Amino acid sequence: MPITPLQSIPSGMSRRHFMSHLAGAAALAAPATAFTNTLLANAEDMKKRHKAAILLWMGGGPSTMDIWDLKPGTATGGPFKQISTSADGVAISEHMPLMAQQMHQMAVVRSMSTREADHMRGRYYMHTGYVPNPNVEHPSYGAVIAHELAAQVPELEIPPFVSVGGGSVGPGFLGMTWAPFVVDSSGRVRNLDMGIDQARVQQRLEMLATIEKRFIGEDRGGSAQDHAKVLDRTVKLMTSEQMKAFKVDEEPEAVRERYGTAGFGRGCLMARRLVEQGVPFVEVDLGGWDNHQGIFTTLADTKLPELDQAMSALVEDLVQRGLYDDTAVIWMGEFGRTPNINGDGGRDHWARSWSVVVGGAGFRRGVVVGETSSDGKEIVTEPYSSQDMMASVLKSLGISLETTFTAANGRPMKIANSGRVIQELFA
Amino acid sequence: MAARRWSSAENRRFFLARRCVPAGWLAAVLLPLMFAWAGMVPAAAAGPRTAVADYGIPEVRLINQAMRAGWQDARLVPSPQATDGEWCRRVYLDLVGRIPTIKELESFTKDSTDDKKLRLVDRLLGDAYLDEYARSWADVWTTILIGRDTDNDLVSRPGMRQYLRRSLSKNMPYDQFVRELVTASGTNTPGSSNFNGATNFLSGKMADNGIQAAARTAQVFLAMQVQCTQCHNHPFNKGKQNQFWEFNAFFRQAAALRRFDGGNDVASVELVDQDFAGEGGDPAEAEIYYELRNGLTKVAYPVFLDGAEISKSGYLPGTMSDGTAYGVNRRQELAEMMVASPLLSSAVVNRLWGHFFGYGFTKPVDDLGDHNAPTHPELLNALAESLMKASYDTKELMRWIVLSEAYGLSSRTSRGNRADDPSMGEQPMFSHFYLRQMTAEQLYESLLTATRADLTGDAEEQARMKDEWLGQFVIAFGTDDGADTTTFNGSIPQVLMMFNGPLIKAATETGNGGFLDAVAASGMSNAQKIAMLYQAALARQPTRREVVVANALIGAREGDVTAALQDVWWAVLNSNEFIINH
Repeated sequence: MPITPLQSIPSGMSRRHFMSHLAGAAALAAPATAFTNTLLANAEDMKKRHKAAILLWMGGGPSTMDIWDLKPGTATGGPFKQISTSADGVAISEHMPLMAQQMHQMAVVRSMSTREADHMRGRYYMHTGYVPNPNVEHPSYGAVIAHELAAQVPELEIPPFVSVGGGSVGPGFLGMTWAPFVVDSSGRVRNLDMGIDQARVQQRLEMLATIEKRFIGEDRGGSAQDHAKVLDRTVKLMTSEQMKAFKVDEEPEAVRERYGTAGFGRGCLMARRLVEQGVPFVEVDLGGWDNHQGIFTTLADTKLPELDQAMSALVEDLVQRGLYDDTAVIWMGEFGRTPNINGDGGRDHWARSWSVVVGGAGFRRGVVVGETSSDGKEIVTEPYSSQDMMASVLKSLGISLETTFTAANGRPMKIANSGRVIQELFA
Repeated sequence: MAARRWSSAENRRFFLARRCVPAGWLAAVLLPLMFAWAGMVPAAAAGPRTAVADYGIPEVRLINQAMRAGWQDARLVPSPQATDGEWCRRVYLDLVGRIPTIKELESFTKDSTDDKKLRLVDRLLGDAYLDEYARSWADVWTTILIGRDTDNDLVSRPGMRQYLRRSLSKNMPYDQFVRELVTASGTNTPGSSNFNGATNFLSGKMADNGIQAAARTAQVFLAMQVQCTQCHNHPFNKGKQNQFWEFNAFFRQAAALRRFDGGNDVASVELVDQDFAGEGGDPAEAEIYYELRNGLTKVAYPVFLDGAEISKSGYLPGTMSDGTAYGVNRRQELAEMMVASPLLSSAVVNRLWGHFFGYGFTKPVDDLGDHNAPTHPELLNALAESLMKASYDTKELMRWIVLSEAYGLSSRTSRGNRADDPSMGEQPMFSHFYLRQMTAEQLYESLLTATRADLTGDAEEQARMKDEWLGQFVIAFGTDDGADTTTFNGSIPQVLMMFNGPLIKAATETGNGGFLDAVAASGMSNAQKIAMLYQAALARQPTRREVVVANALIGAREGDVTAALQDVWWAVLNSNEFIINH
């Protein structure tokens, strides 16, 4: 049955009373309550355990050969040493000691080769599996996964795709309903309260729905309808108890400190809370990886400690709370960085050979996939692309790779751009 | 009752058509008769013909002909003309960055002369609206030139804005505008000595040997996307890696130097030209090096995109003791080659077309590379040429565009043109007006207009408050290309802001002597009061049904009309119809 979110708002002056004012004034064809008629999947379809994914997005392009695929003692290797980890035969950077204890839960793909070394293009390609195309906007991970998994959580009132601390990439042709809900890591969502009683809010919404529907009915194009859909989502969220999932401050201090109190740590903690609430996709942004100068001090002093602490706490918590088997964790940025160290002690953009790390859900754990050459400049095994990674993530969540979307222009588009599953990531 | 007068679009069109009788009669009746009498049939007579106003302006006629030819080829039936109210709202938004006031709207809709559009456009582009025009286009160009991120100590937004406002106020020819931005030297912050606000275009782009300066200059002014060729030849088009570095070489005499305030804070950034020694150590042939993907190093000197070379010297111009001149100012040479390039005018025509129609002749508007064919190449070229002939007066170009038939079409689609939908990946054919959301800047100014909120402080103070408000939507990526994005994109945070944010709270408040108070205190009937709100925000009368719902609100507020008006006002301002330019 059509959900009419406006009806769920408790009202002082009852809805019926207000509608009787309307009825008294003139007969209306139908009560103008919801802005759209969104059909949600039947609750019977709800699975007992919902799947989810958390993308840890390393904006700027992280130097994966200083983190996950070290080449100590070579001209390109840089000063960092590697340490052994909880996974047999897997060594990572000395500046990731906490993650070293979690590597039995992770899989490192050291054979990513992705061609796009411009920030905008790389961000788009790694988020969507498609290179930018002026005529069609492709949906990003968050939109695709939220779209596919939202039916598992019909009781969810907050947006199914949340982006913490960054803008992510949009929903493309899937439409604004699947746009990321962008929040900062403070957990404070702005402008939630209208400051008037609920009955009056309800009445304002009736008035708004009247204007909104008239304009949609004039056949002026899709954005009029999109606006209404977002209104529906917003109304639902404003009155939802589930909004407390954003409040990381409600966590015990010890927990917050374990994640780290900087933005990324709070974001990872929020991601865990959101997944517990049923949100199928959360992206947490950690920027600052565009290290063209002085890369090694930046990594050792700030970036890696912050990453290490938050990421390890997240994985540990997901495992402890029994969420990890249903939650995929993906760590990546738009590309890696040059094996050659430049004149300013930095590394530049490099997409030819770099690493992505995954874990949880259906992924094999404690393994390394692929290999780079001794100087890190070449992939010596089978190279993998963004669409291959995306296909693998979808598989780990049980999403069918036979899913086909219809793009806005009516063209069928295979999910994940027909990427091939990285077989070594599955047992 | 007022609503009835507007109830039938058919009637309105009929009246409008009748008003055009003198011109229409000439074209529709007299001309075919004359041709028939002479035994000839005009070529265009095959398609549906109605008289299209071109106000005797050749460029408007050119646009109309090119559009009609396109519709005919694609078998599209254009939408009818938008209503007066819609067109008026549209042209205010697109030319001066805000919706019209009720007074401005009425003076247009009540005008029944044939050339009222022409006169309104000339008014908006003339002295009466000079400040608003400059403010609005300074917003547009600020975003183009330095992005939205306010948190960059190498760029002074007030400095950029001041420069833009001044050059827009005096309608500086576009070629001169580009010349000044590309060659600017001086400090970037108002009040510092040797201040030149134009420096802000480049002041934040000089890091890493000016890679961003080169990439953005080519992209913004020439619609050439060279940034990818920094590291390799472009895989799909003719872009070669050497072109990037040869273009970059023009910026190597320039440096952005931080000037401190006596402590640790940057007081301003000074953009200077200085002798460039070259990476090979010979200033007389100041070369730079770049690395191919195979690890080989190659040499580059300044060469323009069309292959034109300049002196290889890294010295700034000077005269030796024997009187011989030497040296060259690389940025000045570049600027002259840019303004002589046909790409300069094509790029700005495409950009402005995109501003007024929502889509340029190419997607994106700043990529006119060979791989990206424009939808209307002849028209693009012709307009670019006309702009050059008009001494790069961009106001003329705007005039041509907004007076065209296509710009005046309704955004309502029909079976005959529903397929023309660029949001579905189709090539835009402009057979109806494409919906687009207001920019955050347009929304802000429109709310001020619609609510007549008190404006305090000077222009710069107002701009600062606006910046602060705009800042809530900006997400900077923190990457070397200075890229950012906005959550003012129709998603939930934007709707929450419109539902409950301080700006809307202020707009719907009463007791402050603002618009709502004035409407409430007027002696008008309730119906008239409601109509007033609709005119102010949506440039139309409420429908019967909307009046019914609004009256129900008055009932719900137990006769407190002011409170009900607040509710109606809130709803109107939150509607798709308000925030979408249609």
